[in-house]
Amino acid sequence: MSNDGFDRFKGSSDYVTSRPLRNAVNVSITLGRPLLIRGEPGTGKTLLAHSIAKGLKKKLIIWNIKSTTKAQEGLYVYDTVQRLNDSRFGDKDVSDIKQYIKLGKLGQAFAAPEQVVLLIDEIDKADIEFPNDLLNELDEMSFYIPETNETIKAVHRPIAVITSNAEKELPDAFLRRCIFHYIEFPDAKLMEEIVRVHFPDIKNNLLQEALRTFYSLRQIDQFRKKPSTSELIDWIRALIAGGLADEKISAEIPFIGTLLKKEPDYNYFVKTRMGRYDNTYDTRR
Amino acid sequence: MPVSVTEWMTLMEALDRNCITNLDEFYYLARAILVKSEIHYDHYDVAFQEYFKGIEGPADISEQILEWLKNPINRTTLTEQERALFDKMDLDELMRELEKRLKEQTEQHDGGDYWIGRGGTAPFGHSGSNPAGIRIGGQSGGRGAIQIAQERRFRNYRSDLTLDVRQIKMALRGLRELNRIGPEDELDLPKTIEATSKNAGDIELIWTRSRKNAVKLLLLMDVGGSMEPFAELCSLLFSAAHSSSHFKDFQYYYFHNCVYDNLYRDMERREAMSTEHLLRTLERDYKVVLVGDARMAVQELTDRWGAIYYYERNDSPGIMWLKRISEHFTHCIWLNPEMPSYWNHPTVQMIGKLFPMYELTLDGLGQSVKKLVVKR
Repeated sequence: MSNDGFDRFKGSSDYVTSRPLRNAVNVSITLGRPLLIRGEPGTGKTLLAHSIAKGLKKKLIIWNIKSTTKAQEGLYVYDTVQRLNDSRFGDKDVSDIKQYIKLGKLGQAFAAPEQVVLLIDEIDKADIEFPNDLLNELDEMSFYIPETNETIKAVHRPIAVITSNAEKELPDAFLRRCIFHYIEFPDAKLMEEIVRVHFPDIKNNLLQEALRTFYSLRQIDQFRKKPSTSELIDWIRALIAGGLADEKISAEIPFIGTLLKKEPDYNYFVKTRMGRYDNTYDTRR
Repeated sequence: MPVSVTEWMTLMEALDRNCITNLDEFYYLARAILVKSEIHYDHYDVAFQEYFKGIEGPADISEQILEWLKNPINRTTLTEQERALFDKMDLDELMRELEKRLKEQTEQHDGGDYWIGRGGTAPFGHSGSNPAGIRIGGQSGGRGAIQIAQERRFRNYRSDLTLDVRQIKMALRGLRELNRIGPEDELDLPKTIEATSKNAGDIELIWTRSRKNAVKLLLLMDVGGSMEPFAELCSLLFSAAHSSSHFKDFQYYYFHNCVYDNLYRDMERREAMSTEHLLRTLERDYKVVLVGDARMAVQELTDRWGAIYYYERNDSPGIMWLKRISEHFTHCIWLNPEMPSYWNHPTVQMIGKLFPMYELTLDGLGQSVKKLVVKR
C-alpha cells in the first residue's frame, strides 16, 4: 500500500491490538518519532513494546523510570567513586576514563549495532523536568560524553515507546515531538479476542458469562478501582481452575477478590449484592 | 486544542510519505500526530465532524436510556435531591427531559456545567455517574471515520466535564514544601568531594538529610443540608487528599454550615472535638482548607446561639470562630462547590472576606494550592 515499509507492525500472536493503535505505531516507526502511550492501568501499555519487539523481531531495551531516576542515568554514568577508589590502590590504569563510563539504557539503545525497540516505562513517575532533559537526545538520537570526548550517535534510530499514567502533566515541548495514542479500555469484542489469546481452549459459555459479569461490574462508578484486563485474566484463570457451573458465574460471582482489590469496593459490592440499595448518602446527614 | 507548527509539519511529512490511503486512516494519523491528550480527543472529533460535514444527529438513544434507568444500581449513584426529582417524574417524562438535554449537549459543546449538575438541580447526576457515561451512539464494526468522530466516545475525558480523584491528586501535588528533615542518609556529593580533596585524596564521606515534604494539611468540610448535592464532589476531594501520601500530616474534621465550639471527626457529627483544643494543639503552619457553600441564615454566622441546632448553644458566634481560625493559621483558603455567580449572598460575602475563596473545580483548586504555598 505504500513505500518505506509503512504498515509493518501487525501485532503479535500474544497481543491483540486495535487498528488505531497499529496505525499509531507504524506512523511513529515511519517518522522515527517516539510513541507516547497513555491509558487506564491494565490496558497493556507496557506489553505493547514487547509485542512490537516480538512482531518485528528486534531486541527490546527497557528503561524503567522511578521517582528518583535522572535523565543522565539513561545516557551514561561516570563512576568517579570507583575511579577514585582505584587510584588509591593503583592496581588499575586510572588514566583510561573509558572503563569508568557505563552506558545507560538510552545509551545502549543508541550504541546498538542494529535497530532496537526502546521502552521508557512510566515516564511520569520521574521528576517533572525529566522529559525536558531528554528532548534533544530523543530528537537527535545522539549525545556527547565530555569526559572521553566521544559522541554516541544512533546508527539506526531506535523505535521508542514511552508509557505514561498521566500522573503528572508532561511538558508541551516534549509532547510536540511525540506521536500520541490513548489506549481505550477494550470493548467486549476486543476483550474476547484478548481472553482467547490467553486461554485458547476456553469454553464459549464460560467466556460469555464472565465477560458479561465483568462489564456489568465495570459500569459501577462507585468503585475506587474498577477491575481491568489483567484482573479479568486472573479471574478467568481462577474460574477455569475452580470448575464451577457457568450459570453460577453471574449469579454468585465467585473469587470476587481477584476482581476487586480495594476494601471499600468489596464492601460496596457486598452491600449492593445483598439487595440493600440503601442510599449511601444517608450516613452523611 | 493546542497544535504547534512542529506538529503540523510532522503531519505534512507523514502525508508526504503516503502514510495513508483513505479518510479513516487520516482520522487516526492526524489524531496521533496533532492531539497529545485524550482530553482533547473530543474537541478533535467535533472539529473533524465540522469539517467533514454531511452527518446525522445523534442516534436513537431511547433504548439505552431506558436500560440505564431500569438498573437500580444506577439510582444509588444519585443524591437525595436528584432521587426526589426522579420520583416526581414518570419514566416517559424523564426520558423526554434526558433526550432534550442530550440534544442540547450535542449542539453546545461547552455545556459542561449543565451536566455535572453542580447547581444541585440537574436530575442527571454528577460528572462520573451521569447517563452520558453510558455509551451513546452506535456500536458496530467497520465504521468510517466520520461515524467514529460522531460517536464522540471521548466526551467523558474532557477536562471541563470531569473531575476525578487522580486529577485532584495531581492538583494537590503542588502542595509541597521540600525541607531537609529526618536522618542523615543521603550522600552529599559536592561536600564529599571537597572534604576528600582537603583530606589529600583519602575518601571522606559526608551525609545529609534527604528532602521531604513538610506540608501538613487540615481539611474542614461542611456536610449535610445544602451541601448534599455536592457530597460526591466533596468525597472525591477527600479521597484524593486522604490517599495522597506526600503530606507530613493530614487531619480532617466535619462541621455543619459553620464552625462553632466543636468540630466532628465523623460525617454523622457524633464524635465531637473542641475547636478550642484544635487551635491549641495544631501548629500555625498547618495549611487549612475549608470546604463549604458558606451559605446559611445570617444569624447562624453572626449571632450568639445562632447555630442551626439547638444543642450547639454556641457562646461565640460562628464568624468569631472562623476569624480565630484565619488568625491562628498562616495559610487558609475556602473552597466553594457552588459557582461564583451564586456567591452574591451575605454570609458567602462575609466569609469571603476572611478566607480567599475559590471554586471547587480543577482550576480553582490549582489557584488555591498556589495560594497555600506562598511564602509569608
